[in-house]
Amino acid sequence: MAVPARTLINVPPKAKRGDVILIRTLISHVMENGFRVDNMGKPIPRNIITSMVCTYNGEEIFNATLHPAISANPFITFHTVATESGTIAFKWTGDNGFEAEASASISVE
Amino acid sequence: MERTPLSLATTRRLFLAGAGALLVVRPAGATPETMAAAIRQVTGGKPVTPGKVKLTIPPLVENGNAVAVTISADSPMTEKDHVTAIHLFTQKNPLPNVIGIRLGARAGKAEVSTRIRLADTQQLTALCEMSDGTFWSDTADVILTLSACLEDPV
Repeated sequence: MAVPARTLINVPPKAKRGDVILIRTLISHVMENGFRVDNMGKPIPRNIITSMVCTYNGEEIFNATLHPAISANPFITFHTVATESGTIAFKWTGDNGFEAEASASISVE
Repeated sequence: MERTPLSLATTRRLFLAGAGALLVVRPAGATPETMAAAIRQVTGGKPVTPGKVKLTIPPLVENGNAVAVTISADSPMTEKDHVTAIHLFTQKNPLPNVIGIRLGARAGKAEVSTRIRLADTQQLTALCEMSDGTFWSDTADVILTLSACLEDPV
């Protein structure tokens, strides 16, 4: 990927221990589904994000397998329990060696 | 007066029929059967019971390119009893699978949302796997006015 994908993640900066927090993620990607043809009738090859993994201080808490039916610029929200202060890291991988990473820190009291 | 020879008329009719056939050719899409097969692949043939899962999607969608979907499951999300996987399937998109999610007790709340593409007016099925190995499902009907997936590129 020549252009790094833009990511937008939303994690509450502070939380009480044991709280269920909402995490929202967005990444810029065309998610070309591989079923369309261009102006010349030539099929456009598939180019999608196939996986998104979220880790909380190194431990995997969320793992999504994406298929072509996910919209362009995949937006995914989920929940987790705020257990300890640290970093929540996100990693997206996809076709043509696509990789993107993002992380957010959270302080738990 | 000259008349069109029969053979030519036939060829033209055949040609038109052929052209007509070409127009309706589309990539083979998912059907209720292929969706059932995709679900079987996930469940490994275990029975699926309706309930415990809630699939939230607008019943009438104008644009199939980005449809907001929320799947939530009724589970205490404790170490003993939690949701381990959430899946979403379609009947009439080119492929039956939409998304497969693995989570655990650390999720705290079994609720995920995303935006999906829809190719046609159809029924969607959400599937949930619990930590005790049971599968639960919910279905939702969607009416669509503008299809995604197979339209011309912009």
